[in-house]
Order: sequence, then C-alpha cells, then structure tokens
Amino acid sequence: MSSSTYVAPTDHAKAADKFMEDEERVNWHDKALWFIRQKRDVASKQLPEWELLRETASQIKQNVLSNLDTYLEEFERHAKQNGITVHWAADAAEHNRIVLDIIKRHGIQKLVKSKSMLTEECHLNDFLGDNGIDVVDTDLGERVVQLAQEPPSHIVLPCIHKRKEEVGELFHQHLGTEKGASDPAYLTEAARQHLREKFLTSDLAITGVNFAIAETGGFVVCTNEGNADMGAHLAKVHIACMGIEKIIPKAENLGVFLRLLARSATGQPITTYSSHFHRPRPDQEMHIVLVDNGRSIQLGRKDFYNSLKCIRCGACINTCPVYRRSGGHSYHYAISGPIGAILAPNMDMKKNADLPFASTLCGSCSNVCPVKIDIHNQLYQWRQVLSDGGYVPKTKKIGMQAMATVLSNPTIYRVAGKSGRFMMNLMPGLANMKAVNPWAKQREMPEPPKESFRDWYLKNKKKS
Amino acid sequence: MSSREAILNRVKTNKPAAVALPQTLAFPPVPADACIEKFARTVEAVGGTVVEVTNLAEIGAYLKKHYESPERVLNTVHGVGFGQELSGPIEDGHVLANLEIAVVTGSVGVAENGAVWVSEENLPTRVLPFITEHLMLVVAAENIVSNMHEAYVRLDVSAPGFGAFISGPSRTADIEQSLVIGAHGPKRAHVFILK
Repeated sequence: MSSSTYVAPTDHAKAADKFMEDEERVNWHDKALWFIRQKRDVASKQLPEWELLRETASQIKQNVLSNLDTYLEEFERHAKQNGITVHWAADAAEHNRIVLDIIKRHGIQKLVKSKSMLTEECHLNDFLGDNGIDVVDTDLGERVVQLAQEPPSHIVLPCIHKRKEEVGELFHQHLGTEKGASDPAYLTEAARQHLREKFLTSDLAITGVNFAIAETGGFVVCTNEGNADMGAHLAKVHIACMGIEKIIPKAENLGVFLRLLARSATGQPITTYSSHFHRPRPDQEMHIVLVDNGRSIQLGRKDFYNSLKCIRCGACINTCPVYRRSGGHSYHYAISGPIGAILAPNMDMKKNADLPFASTLCGSCSNVCPVKIDIHNQLYQWRQVLSDGGYVPKTKKIGMQAMATVLSNPTIYRVAGKSGRFMMNLMPGLANMKAVNPWAKQREMPEPPKESFRDWYLKNKKKS
Repeated sequence: MSSREAILNRVKTNKPAAVALPQTLAFPPVPADACIEKFARTVEAVGGTVVEVTNLAEIGAYLKKHYESPERVLNTVHGVGFGQELSGPIEDGHVLANLEIAVVTGSVGVAENGAVWVSEENLPTRVLPFITEHLMLVVAAENIVSNMHEAYVRLDVSAPGFGAFISGPSRTADIEQSLVIGAHGPKRAHVFILK
C-alpha cells in the first residue's frame, strides 16, 4: 500500500478553510484537544516541582546540544559494545536506503512499525512501498490513517481528525468489522486481533526512539499500546530510527524526562510502557540509525536551535488555538502545530514559508512546553527570516514592514493610531471588508475608541 | 567523507557554546507507608488492581480462588505455588501467543506513576509481560520508591539487555479520545504488594 494518493495542500490558510467547512467537526476537534490540554494542566499541577523539572529538562537539553558531537560518539561506542549496529544517515534518502538494505539482506517482505515521527519525516513508508515491502503501522491511530491513505495529523494522536464513524467504515472495509459499528472498544478489539497476527508473523520490526543514553549505549521507547514491544520482541531484526538530537547524557536524566513526557502529552503520570533496550536478544539483530536530515544546520541557527530540544509530547499542538481549529493536515509537514511550524522552514523555506504565519503568537505553546522552547518567539523570528529571504507573499511582507515601522517609531505609532481610528469611523466597511482584509473574514471589527489610551492618560493626568 | 564524519563535523562547527549538565534532582524522602499507599492508589488510577499480601503463598491462594485452573497461569515467581512453574528461559516468544495469565517479579515500584520495573533477569523471554492477556506483577513493599529519580538511583538500567517500566494494562484513546483498556498488550493488570 502506498499513501501517495494523498496530496498535501500547500498553503495553510487555504487548507484550513477546507477543514473549517465542516463546522461540527471543527468544534468537536477543538474541544477534544482542549480536553487533553486540561488533563495536562491537572497532571502538571499535582507536582509542586513542575517548573523545576521543566527548567532542568531545558538545561539538560542545552548541555546535550552544546556537546552533541561528543555525546553521539560516546553513544555509538557504548551501543557497539552492547552488540547494536550503528548507522549514520546524512539525510532522509540515506536513512531510507539503510533501512531497505537491512530488510533486503534478510530477504524480508513485510514488517511491523511502531510510531516514529522521524520515519514520517523521511517518508519511509512510501519508499519501502515503492520497493515492494509491506509496512504495517501498529499504533492504532497510525493504522487508521494508513488504511485511509493519509499522513498522521498529530504526533501523539495520529487520527484525532477522524470521527469514530469514519474509523468504523475504514475497519468495515479493511478488517471486516460490522457495517455501521463505531464503538471505540469494539473497533480497538478488532484492531488488536488484526495486528496481533501481524506481530506474530513479522520477522522485522521498526521502532522510533524517545531517548538514547550516551553513557550506556541504550535507548528508550515509550508507548501506551505495547505495540513497540510486541513488534521488537517477536522479530528477528529490530531497527530503531532516531534523529541525532534524541541523545541524553545519562540514564538518571530519564527521571526528569519521563516525569514530564506523558504528563505534558496526555495528562498520564507516565506512558504504560517505557522500554529500555540495551542489547539484542541472543537470537536477534539490533540496529540504530542516527539521522541528521537538517538537524546539524538548525543547530547553527542561533535563534532556532532551541527547537531541537523538543521531546515530541504534543502539548504545544493541543493548546494551539490555530491548530485546534485548522487541523493537522493543514500544516503539510510531518510534524504539525507550533513545533512543526518552527522545524519545517529549516527543511525547506520556500515550501514551508506559510507555516510560521499559522499562529496568533499568543504564547500558549511556549507556556506548556516541557523543555521550555520559546516557540512563539521563534515563530515570530522565522517570519522575519522568511520575509528577508523573499519567501513571503508581497501583501504579507508590505503589511509586516508597515507594522515594523509603526511599532518602532512612537510618533508614527500615534499618527497611525489616530488615522486608523479616523478611517474606521469614517468607513467602517473597509476594515470589515472580507476581500481586502482576510483577518475580518470571521470577525467583526470592534467599535474604534474615541481617543487613544495616551490621549486619555494625558488628559486625565492633567486633571489630578 | 563518510556521512558519520560529515554529520559530526557539521555538529562540531555549529553547536552552541558549552553549557554544564545540571545537578541531579533529588527531593525529600517520603515515609514508606505513604509511599506504598500512594503507589497502590496510582496503580488503581491507571487501571490496575492492587492486592496486598504478606507472603507469596497468599498470591497462589488468590489465583486459585479467582482463576481456578492452574493451566491458565504461567508462573515465574518461585513460591507462589499455583500455575505452571517455569524456571528456564523460553527460546521463542511466539509460543506464548495464547497465554492468558503471567505472574512476574517486578524489582522496583514507583509511587508517583504506578510503574513497575520489569527486566530481563526476571523474564524467561522479553515478550512475556506484553503478550499475556493478563499481567500479574509482584513487588516487595520495601522496593517501592516515591518518584522516578529514586527509581533510577536504585536501578542499573543497562545491566539487563532489556527492561521496562510498566504502569497498568495497555491502553489507547486513539479513536475519538475514548479510553479503551487493552490495546496490544495485556487487557488486565494486577500488582501484588508483598509486605
């Protein structure tokens, strides 16, 4: 199966328009994600040391990024001592080739794969499919989107954009469940039976990596479903794929990260399974693929390297008012939401120039980030970089330049404020006109105040 | 130049200024009784069932009462005295495909999240605690710690080739955020606290 039938929309705003056509679904989507954000709040508030954990996690990651080359070498040395084969891939194409070579060497036709955003980023499924390999995604949400021939719309909840009736129809077509059945427990049991057969008959398993420990040469994979373990422990060959930024210095650092990860992601105190792999079974081959794919470039961008601290919890996505009402597919990148919008331009500025604009800059993403990435600042800074580089449409650029001039000069700011109020009073239709001002599409402009705060302050100050 | 060299060179050139690793976090110890109580409450909250026992034979009695037939149980904990006892390794995990109940030793329990450390040293094969339909973990009360920091102080996670923190039965909420217990791993989990 190939997911090539899905054509990613190229502009966030246009794709969001399409998603918003189904208002009932948008409202549901919005509420479902906000519910998860609230669970995260409850979980985080149960730990008085929450802020200390965030700060410590951020500092550990800062240490990692500032010593990444030595940690990578240390990890490689220890992993090899543990009997794990270590591969290095400069980009997505090399990663995919390495994985295919291992598969071919064993004469394998089908494999099981647990969730790995890196393999999504590298489009591994399409590549293997084109080479005649049958890849079965085993995370329930990922299996759903795979059957629908779509990419995941969320890094933790891959099919959050689908209603249960749609999942029921997919399962009816592909797994033979009853027509019209949409009970999540019934559908989950059907998927369990369907995928158990795949686990038992696959000789090769691919997993992602949540953390790789330099000191011990092992790696940790976190799931709730147990699919990474079912795949890896039953397969003769285990391939774990990871971005180079997933390194942590010591096993004890896991104490900090595992306390933050699931609480930030879903509000659980920890994922059901936090599996620590250090050596292959005696009858097993274990491979690690260390993938750069743009990360070493991002590391050199002083305003943006912080994004490499990300532990892929999805908290910024759940809280984002734009994501919640535009859906993950509107971001047309493997990682959606605010974090995806600051990672994607590094990969391709032209293709992803729209993404940093898919934000209100409200800052909620930065507030919930467990490793304290200044996401909203980076969104703002990417806008400048993309605009300076000529990647931004002219209308947006002129507006931004005008805004920068107005905001950086107090006199112009006052004049512009006055003229804005004057114009809105004179011709309120202009500010509200949907064709000229896209911002006004679903909004009514407020009544302009009669005077600015400054005028009011100066007048009232004189009185007292 | 190999990709390995190219990546390492680029990282070396581009990495930010060196920053020290922060100190290990530690928090005031929690009294043992409070720890055990919190652990039991958290295991229940993540969908597990907690049974407190004073000796291993009590677990055997519990199993006999609730599950009657010893054929349904694969028991790896010596002293429980119920089910099919196993001492040696299992060569191929596939033979466990239809296993109903497994009894396994957990070496550390964590109060804050209900997780139990299960490692290869205590398993006849790695897949056992995942493939069984019903997982029963046995944890000694003195091995229950307050938080993950303490757990990592107690454990050498790289000593076994494989080990996992397991918190409750497997779960998913991928379909419309409805929580369903029993995804690919066990549908039910028991934790016996041995006092």
